Amino acid sequence: MTHKKDVVLSPGGNPLRRRTLASLVGLALGGGLTSWGPASRGATRPLVRMGFTPAFVHDQHALLADWRAYMERRLGFALEFKQRDSYRETMDLLRLRQIDFAWVCDYPYLHLRDLVRLLAVPLYKGRPYYRSFVIVAAGNKAVTGLKDLKNSVFAYADPLSNTGYLSPRYALRRMGEDPQHFFRKTFFTWSHKKVVEAVAWGMAQGGAVDSYIWETLDRIDPALTRRTRIVERSPEYGFPPFVAHRDVAPALFEQMQNFMLTMHQDPEGAAILGRLYLDGFTRGEPGMYDGVAEMMRAFGEL
Amino acid sequence: MKLFHLSLRYKLPLWGSLLIVVSVAAVSMALMLKAYEDLRQDVRTSASGLAHLLNRTLFPALLHDDVWRAFEQINAVYAGQGAGNPIRPEAIFVVDGAGQIVVSSHPERLPVLARLDSLGRDHAALAAALKDLSGTALTDLDFPGAAHRFFALPVHEESARVGMLVLAYSKDVFQPRFRGLALYGILVGGLVLAVLLPLNWYWGQRMARPLVDLARRMGRAVHGGPREEPPRDVYPFRDELGQLFEAYDAMLEEMRQKALLERELLQSERLSAIGRLAAGIAHEVNNPLGGMLLALDTLKARGGLPPQADKTLSMLERGLKQIQETVAALLVQSRESGRTLGNEDLEDVRTLIQPQVLKKSQRLDWRVELPPHTGLPAAACRQILINLLLNAVQATAEGGHVGLSVVPAAGSLRFLVVNDAGATPPGPLEHLFEPFVSGREGGHGLGLWVTYQIVQQLEGSLTAECRDGQVRFEVWLPLQAEET
Repeated sequence: MTHKKDVVLSPGGNPLRRRTLASLVGLALGGGLTSWGPASRGATRPLVRMGFTPAFVHDQHALLADWRAYMERRLGFALEFKQRDSYRETMDLLRLRQIDFAWVCDYPYLHLRDLVRLLAVPLYKGRPYYRSFVIVAAGNKAVTGLKDLKNSVFAYADPLSNTGYLSPRYALRRMGEDPQHFFRKTFFTWSHKKVVEAVAWGMAQGGAVDSYIWETLDRIDPALTRRTRIVERSPEYGFPPFVAHRDVAPALFEQMQNFMLTMHQDPEGAAILGRLYLDGFTRGEPGMYDGVAEMMRAFGEL
Repeated sequence: MKLFHLSLRYKLPLWGSLLIVVSVAAVSMALMLKAYEDLRQDVRTSASGLAHLLNRTLFPALLHDDVWRAFEQINAVYAGQGAGNPIRPEAIFVVDGAGQIVVSSHPERLPVLARLDSLGRDHAALAAALKDLSGTALTDLDFPGAAHRFFALPVHEESARVGMLVLAYSKDVFQPRFRGLALYGILVGGLVLAVLLPLNWYWGQRMARPLVDLARRMGRAVHGGPREEPPRDVYPFRDELGQLFEAYDAMLEEMRQKALLERELLQSERLSAIGRLAAGIAHEVNNPLGGMLLALDTLKARGGLPPQADKTLSMLERGLKQIQETVAALLVQSRESGRTLGNEDLEDVRTLIQPQVLKKSQRLDWRVELPPHTGLPAAACRQILINLLLNAVQATAEGGHVGLSVVPAAGSLRFLVVNDAGATPPGPLEHLFEPFVSGREGGHGLGLWVTYQIVQQLEGSLTAECRDGQVRFEVWLPLQAEET
């Protein structure tokens, strides 16, 4: 779980992606089914469900399965992990009360802040912050910043991603450009990793990507990130948080929050965090996301 | 052309080889062309299947302008396949109505939004061709000289079109494979040639050898060289060539007969010419000789000559008589006497020859069966027999064997005189019957010549041969009706 994407309940229907679908099936067939299957059928207490957005670095299913098994052991109840292809789908699951907890992006969190409350914020490099990168192909020496990408083809991650959509558009706006017409063409890849791929393979001249994901990819697939070059770094934003639906019982919320905040103290939990390239969790506070809120206001979304 | 004058020994195998080479080349070419067409068809079939498959997934993606999804779909084609597979397109891309690339499998070479006609000659030709495409069918676009072969299929559902899907196949990949195929064809063709050409050469040589042999023999026969019997094993078969050899045999035999005949005729002509000449000279000599002898007789009869003269006259008379004898021998007169041959004549001959036989201690076989009436002149026959027997006795060594057989046979009377050939066989048979040719010292060589002349006059035949160590003289005289 190196990589968390802007994990968000994502509003906004996204087409199913093959890989994501496959990962979903893999998850269900892997550890998932065996442990929560019996619980869902016979347990007296309702199954606890946690949603994940699809913006995962690939091959994370084993990690998710290990994490879920670890949580079940620590928490003493069965869990169901639900993975969806886009932020909007995860957001819909929250709205429909299909899940109790979710790892979402900061941008969807603000969209849903009346419906959810902060559970825990991951600590990346010791701090609960990350950035947006604008990347270009490594060989493209002509581009020194976002401004040089005018009239190019640009790849966004997801319309409900902060770092992969909102942040670069806000930067353009600050430059006095109209994000609607600055690029000659834009498209969504529905995944941060695929933004990196689109830029690396030349489908787009530029792309906006989550710094946490790019740096994670840089460790697990350096051949891919080496084909790209970072030309723009955004200010820091609050890290994509874990949220709880406001209907979640206080006891469960408490138990879950305590578990998250102490996970790094347990060797097994620390190992899982290590695989996610995270250091632990902090309680966090809504004020961390004021920067995102300001951008949203700039676009008239708040 | 010099080529056409070549020996069949080379011409037959050469023509055969030419035919084989042409046949193998033609078959190889046909197979290679077929393989080439198959390969092209394979590419077309593969392209059609792929294009229609992509069409179904690309249509919704392009309809929603989901470029990334379209990219992932066309890129899936390249997952895990070998790069050298000519059935795999080198590039897949979609072009919009304005001739711009919407999505491509290789965006670095074929960037999104690039104008197709700015991407090199092949793509410019493609762009021009795409403008004229209508309908929803797959189009095979193979421009001459282009490095790519394109297949274009409108991305469509029912009649709605959202772009033009293009599959580009590199001929650079396609052609090495064909070259490999061609190389294989040439290799197999070469192997076939390596087997067939030596076989053909052997067969051609085998066919030509008897013909060449025959031609050589014929040439020699016609130009008077030594005539060769064709060995029976040169060509033992009964086809046309075999018949040719038979005809050659027959021709050779006829030529031999003709030559023999000519030689006999020549011999006979020569002998009779000599005979006439000798008879003429003898006649001219005989007349004055008779006068001289008469004069000598008259002189002696008158007597009274001195003894010295008498002695000289006797010497002259003896000399003249010797000349007369010789001349008389040349003057063959077969029909001098009217008496016909009888047993007493043969007894006389035996009596006459006996002393010679005894003198040389020879054995004489004597077998005589005379018909009652021979009609043959006795004197002539006696001379023939005496001449031949004396000749035989003289030719035979002491203690040898001489034989005579006289028997009637088929309207003729046959005299056969046989003697041992002895150490020295008779001289050349063709000159045996010429005058003054003698096989031994002391003979004047007229005996056999005279015999020959007499036989000729009696219209008979005389042959001599040397066989099994024996010399055989054979005379055939036609029996004549009793003269009245």
